[in-house]
Amino acid sequence: METEAQEIIIKGLTASPGICIGKAYLVDSKGVEVVPKYRIQDKELSNEVNRFKAAVKNARDELLKIVEKSPEELQNAHILETHMALLKDKMLYGRTIETIKQENVNAEWALKKVVSNLIEVFQTMTDPYLKERSADVVQVADSIMHNLVGTKKVNIAAIDKRVILVAQDLTPAETSQINLERVMGFITDRGGKASHTGIVARSLEIPAVVGLKNATASIRSDDLIIVDGNSGTVIIRPAEDNLVRYEERKINYEEYKAVITSESKAPAESADGVPLAVMGNIELPEEVVALLNYGGDGIGLYRTEFQYFNRPDFPDEDELFDKYKDVVEAMHPKPVTIRTLDINGDKALNNQFSAEEANPALGLRAIRYCLIKPQMFKDQLRAILRAAAFGNTRILFPMISTYFEIREANRILDEAAESLEKDGLPCNRDIEVGAMIEVPSAVIMADIIAENVDFFSIGTNDLIQYALAIDRGNEQVAHLFQPLDPAIIRMLKHVADVAREKDIKIFMCGEMAGTPHHIPLLLGIGMDELSMNPQAIPDIKRVIRSLNVADTRSFMKEVLKQKTAKSTIELIKDTYGNILAEQLYSG
Amino acid sequence: MNRSQPALSREVTIVNELGLHARSAAKIAGLTNRSKAAVWIQKGDEKADASSIVDILTLACEKGTKITIRIENESDFNILEAITELVEGGFGE
Repeated sequence: METEAQEIIIKGLTASPGICIGKAYLVDSKGVEVVPKYRIQDKELSNEVNRFKAAVKNARDELLKIVEKSPEELQNAHILETHMALLKDKMLYGRTIETIKQENVNAEWALKKVVSNLIEVFQTMTDPYLKERSADVVQVADSIMHNLVGTKKVNIAAIDKRVILVAQDLTPAETSQINLERVMGFITDRGGKASHTGIVARSLEIPAVVGLKNATASIRSDDLIIVDGNSGTVIIRPAEDNLVRYEERKINYEEYKAVITSESKAPAESADGVPLAVMGNIELPEEVVALLNYGGDGIGLYRTEFQYFNRPDFPDEDELFDKYKDVVEAMHPKPVTIRTLDINGDKALNNQFSAEEANPALGLRAIRYCLIKPQMFKDQLRAILRAAAFGNTRILFPMISTYFEIREANRILDEAAESLEKDGLPCNRDIEVGAMIEVPSAVIMADIIAENVDFFSIGTNDLIQYALAIDRGNEQVAHLFQPLDPAIIRMLKHVADVAREKDIKIFMCGEMAGTPHHIPLLLGIGMDELSMNPQAIPDIKRVIRSLNVADTRSFMKEVLKQKTAKSTIELIKDTYGNILAEQLYSG
Repeated sequence: MNRSQPALSREVTIVNELGLHARSAAKIAGLTNRSKAAVWIQKGDEKADASSIVDILTLACEKGTKITIRIENESDFNILEAITELVEGGFGE
């Protein structure tokens, strides 16, 4: 079997820049870590079966605890009851025990084998709803598996050496479990540039290549691999000459990065002396260090969904408070804009919480969800207000689409503050409150919404999707997702004008803010603050320093005359091509 | 083991929107737990052990599927009745 290992070069999509060289760590195709297989002697078989039974009992006890803990909050507690029944199901429980006995194998392996066979059966089903039902079986099997291996969880959290993670795909829940300090890079078979793996890798400043199609088939754990996130190349078991070449490239890239980030520490001011705050978007407290290294002037968007992932209940106030406080303290006195829970289809919580929705982007998400879960919402708001006692904090409400929603959100915020005062806990209610402007109705109603907030933050990704009726995940129409569509530019201009008129601040988070060739336009519109992926900060600061705000204002007049995105892009190229063409780094 | 001679059976159609999913299967399995002998759910040529949620799920019964419920022991007649009622009533969904 072990023949001479050949060098293999495969190409994928770049999801995060950088180069790393190291050993592969394979997360197997079912998303669960590779399970060891070993032989059990006949006389040990009954012990092995008992070990399995004990694991099932522990899994059952855990489930019972969850059911007892939150029966009212979880409308779908019956799912947990179904899971309890599944734990003892013949086809799972019975078959695993049979497999242990008949094949003389360890319980983990037997369970994995039984579950893999079941999944295959489910995969052949045509009805997508029934097909998905295998998820329940998998979850139950996972909970038994966790208990079988004891404290050492069977997931990627258990990695104990520096590795390059190789997977078919990584879900947000899985990436949230990774011990990120151990990971040098990611490569996945599936996924696009905007996939979650890419977001996590970029924020951690480690290289990632996605969409490799069948990397997992060619790579074995412990294989030496090179990941070039700049060109989207992965070299498996590299030959000597490639190894030397990439060691050099790696050093060059790191030197380049050091130079650009050192320039980035200084605040950005346009050539004619107008300052503009360049902030970072983060998801994990661990990202603060990278953000500061890149020269971020604060956090313009702290996404708070991560703590709600991969768990059957909601995190409690103290748990949230600890994380928020960490971030707020580390950033002080720079501002931290905490966005309240914004769950959507891509990042749904464990399915205990999310009902099936045909159209999740238009469904029960973000502020809508929070307003029907006032207790959960209040827990988060209390945690934020408490963290605000430790540094410069702002609250941002996502997906505001009506006046009613912002009024309700503010009312619950007041209640949260009052209850904290009653409890005698230190907090700070005197903080800035903002609304995300990402739904066209909020653009139209901006003047009314402005009276209830201290700032607007435009979320361009969703605003573009809703305004142009484009699902960018849909390949048929993704090319129509165009930030420079005149309709979008006019909306941005309108919101910025209203903000100035009402004397509130106007920010932008979302990819549009982190794209160099949009900057002349955003300066011309008069943004007060831009927030982006931290790794984009140095380049955006460079572009701002080279621009003249007075020029961008007259440039805006020309932009507003354009009828198509195409002519707008041409205009930007003609006017600012020289600044934007400067290639920062070439492999 | 010869299970080809069931004592009693009923033919029913799945009427609930979601078909036989985990929760509805769990309800059937729950009823079957008290049976004296095996209870089967048959769809075409395939049959599933009604006491196993997983086995029921693997039958992939969507709304509109015709299934046959079979018992092997007459004393399980009340279980047959109860399952029939459950399925015909759309599992109370």
